[in-house]
Amino acid sequence: MNDLIRRTAAETAAAIADGEVSAVEVAQAHLDRIGEVDDKVHAFLHLAAETALQSARRVDERRAAGEPLGALAGVPVAVKDVFTTKGLPTTCGSRILDGWVPPYDATVVRRLADAGLVVLGKTNMDEFAMGSSTEHSAFGPTHNPWDLDRIPGGSGGGSAAAVAAFEAPLAVGTDTGGSIRQPAAVTGTVGAKPTYGGVSRYGIVALASSLDQAGPCARTVLDAALLHAMIGGHDPLDSTSIDAPVPPVVEAARRAGVSGLKVGVVRELSGAGYQPGVEQRFREAVALLEELGAEVREVSCPHFTYGLPAYYLILPSEASSNLARFDAMRYGLRVEDGLAGAEEVMARTREAGFGDEVKRRIILGTYALSSGYYDAYYGQAQRVRTLIGRDFRAAYELVDVLVSPATPVTAFRLGERVDDPLSMYLNDLCTIPANLDGGPALSVPCGVAPEDGLPVGLQVMAPALADDRCYRVAAALEAALADRWGSVLLDEAPAL
Amino acid sequence: MTAATSSYDDILTRFEPVIGLETHVELGTASKLFCGCSTTFGGEPNSQVCPTCLGLPGSLPVTNRLAVEHTIRIGLALHCTIAAWCRFARKNYFYPDMPKDYQISQYDEPLCTDGYLDVEVGGESVRVGIERVHLEEDTGKSLHVGGATGRIHGASHSLVDYNRAGIPLVEIVTRPVEGIGAEVAKAYVAELRDVLRSLGVSDVRMEQGSMRCDVNVSLRRPGAPYGTRTETKNLNSLRSVERAVRSEVERQAPLLEAGERIVQETRHFDESTGRSRPGRSKEEAQDYRYFPEPDLVPLAPAEEEVERIRATLPEAPSVVRRRLANEHGFSPLEMAQMSGAGVVDLVAETVAAGAPAGEARGWWLSYLAQKANESSVEPADLSVTPEQVARVVALVADGSLTNRMARQVVDGVLAGEGSPDEVVELRGLRVVGDDAALGAAVDDAIAAQPDVADKIRAGKVAAAGALVGAVMKATGGQAEAARVRELVLQRLGPA
Repeated sequence: MNDLIRRTAAETAAAIADGEVSAVEVAQAHLDRIGEVDDKVHAFLHLAAETALQSARRVDERRAAGEPLGALAGVPVAVKDVFTTKGLPTTCGSRILDGWVPPYDATVVRRLADAGLVVLGKTNMDEFAMGSSTEHSAFGPTHNPWDLDRIPGGSGGGSAAAVAAFEAPLAVGTDTGGSIRQPAAVTGTVGAKPTYGGVSRYGIVALASSLDQAGPCARTVLDAALLHAMIGGHDPLDSTSIDAPVPPVVEAARRAGVSGLKVGVVRELSGAGYQPGVEQRFREAVALLEELGAEVREVSCPHFTYGLPAYYLILPSEASSNLARFDAMRYGLRVEDGLAGAEEVMARTREAGFGDEVKRRIILGTYALSSGYYDAYYGQAQRVRTLIGRDFRAAYELVDVLVSPATPVTAFRLGERVDDPLSMYLNDLCTIPANLDGGPALSVPCGVAPEDGLPVGLQVMAPALADDRCYRVAAALEAALADRWGSVLLDEAPAL
Repeated sequence: MTAATSSYDDILTRFEPVIGLETHVELGTASKLFCGCSTTFGGEPNSQVCPTCLGLPGSLPVTNRLAVEHTIRIGLALHCTIAAWCRFARKNYFYPDMPKDYQISQYDEPLCTDGYLDVEVGGESVRVGIERVHLEEDTGKSLHVGGATGRIHGASHSLVDYNRAGIPLVEIVTRPVEGIGAEVAKAYVAELRDVLRSLGVSDVRMEQGSMRCDVNVSLRRPGAPYGTRTETKNLNSLRSVERAVRSEVERQAPLLEAGERIVQETRHFDESTGRSRPGRSKEEAQDYRYFPEPDLVPLAPAEEEVERIRATLPEAPSVVRRRLANEHGFSPLEMAQMSGAGVVDLVAETVAAGAPAGEARGWWLSYLAQKANESSVEPADLSVTPEQVARVVALVADGSLTNRMARQVVDGVLAGEGSPDEVVELRGLRVVGDDAALGAAVDDAIAAQPDVADKIRAGKVAAAGALVGAVMKATGGQAEAARVRELVLQRLGPA
């Protein structure tokens, strides 16, 4: 395997800055790798080879001209197909947007370009980010590089798989209920959901506006932190964007000490439904943190139990409204053969353009917001959301961070759960509370489960705007585990 | 009095009308409510749009602060309570001219609540309760092509112009007003228009649609509970508001008297027939599935901010009217005329610039009102300022201009020729005030018409008009007729 694709983003950026390699060579190496393995992985929906090489060339020219380069200049990045990209298709994994080329860039995409990162292409996802396996993509599923018969997680399975398969050192995703962290956990990569409002949502095709948050996917904690710092920060185009500096995530990832840090293990995120190997690796990781000087204690968050049902009322409600605009009037698919009026065109287009899971959630949400049901469903779910927030607040009176397994189980087989929505929804049991609360959370690999040899992720959660604590704990664990294993976890992945 | 009118009055002896008004006002902000696009009226279709007001996937709204401030200003002028914290809500329904298929509006948390507006009906003050004032975005505009009527029925296809999508609208909702009927509806809308104009938040041009009203009307027997109401939509003149209420009262009364029930529905008023036709029935109304807009942070105007806005509120038009009436002796009828023509502020400013009240009122109500009407603009939009009008009035008063010349000066100002003094200079308009020159002209006229001169000498003073006319003609109108007459009579005078 080409050495260029196995380097971390930090190493690649340094090598480009030093002139050891050119950005064009790095981009080409990754494009070659994609050409070599992506017919098996199917991480990408659209490749942008030409523009990628162009932006790489610009970085090389700027370097040659002696201009200062950003911390990740010349590093390739994969972008989840939920971000708008000017001149590059954006489908959100849906037929209804097939062929749409946005006239504008998402703020995150703009920031990547401004910092000299090289966008390789757009990655696969569950349709409109609804799912935990990418099997709900209208363009076929992505395969887990650890085992091609298994799911890579979702909705951002394409981004996680691209990183795990060494097709890109970095990717950006979005996390509404775990869509960055759950794929990271099951692919042995690092994925972070920043504090809500920490990264601009402008140009992210909305699933559930009050939950959606963009974040980084990488192979190391430091790389994730570098990308987080690059895409984060206030954006006047997003009203919900926080007007405060990005938390010092890079410094935290470099410092990597947990001595004296109070770590709470969430009692409710374990037990029945959790795979024994997942729980075992999680417990070992917690013990390791204790060895490193953390003060570990168990903490109860009693309302987390109601997180999943509340989430499945709030998300579909917002989604039913956010997805109303796909009505064939201005862009995307249009079914109009022989149809008389606009209403009919709208109905038939939506019938043909949306997949089953999208329709299921639109119907759920429409129902939950209906007059006479609003208070019992949407209203009640919002009250649960408030209670979950109180659980977090109470826990952070006692501890600095909370930890749990990132997912109850390791990667399951493609097709195993796709017809059983409820068992699919359970994958997000551990990740949903942080979305409901808004605080930051991150998944970092903590080993492979003994029974199936598949990666397990440990989730670190922290209070709003204390994203750096997640990176501090994850980096400490990553370093200690690398010492123990003698290499990074992904080296264990079966070679493609 | 027409038959319809007497029938209306007759109905009011048996039924009590209950009316409520919802008024939509387009705010005069330079940019739209949630994006930076221009709000200028009349641009090329779809030339004032961006990802946000087109509702493109991924786009987000950001609230226009000035629009919020204007809404607070309106709320304060209407004596409302301003919410310390409130949210926008999404009103969900599918329609091609609605880019997101939901409208960002306000639902159960309006920005302003519980106010009132006092209006005069038949010399009595009536307090109209204001239930709420809220802020929302306008939709695009559909154009149905290929049909005879321009309506959707019969059209071959439709086009949508999204320039209007996202323009800030304020909705002002009254509480039910019992027992008065059409006059209060008209008086309320007129007073509201004056208030909004004085606040400078909107150009309130009903004919262009920047202010439009929906009127709810129901009838009840005196003392009975409210009857079923209908809502007549999109009335765009004071006259239509009044006519729509009358026509609806006249439609409902016979139905009720025949024991039929009123269908709760929206109705559309036809200007040409003066009648309304049914629209959507409320009984099959859509469920808008309102919920708090998650893309926007709540509005939380600070108390100091609200007080700052309160401190900048202008005098209420009713107060201005009272003051003007007291100071200058305007009669209630004159005040009503000025108010109806939208010139109260202009008259007040002209008076403040030194013109006598009667002159100021006369200019704005007659010549300038006519000029405004000719070019289909509001008097306030004429390119002549109250100060300039006052200057013209002063020039007439000191004898520099005749009234006819004064109108020419105003024409020149309106045509962009400069200030009144510059127009006087440019057009060479000046009363021939020199008695020697005038005297010569008078002598010429007497010499030219000796028979007339004789009549005057014989005591027929009325004949002097012929000589005055001749002198005026000889001086090209630049003489003061009264002075000419004086000179004629001096020379021939029996006086």
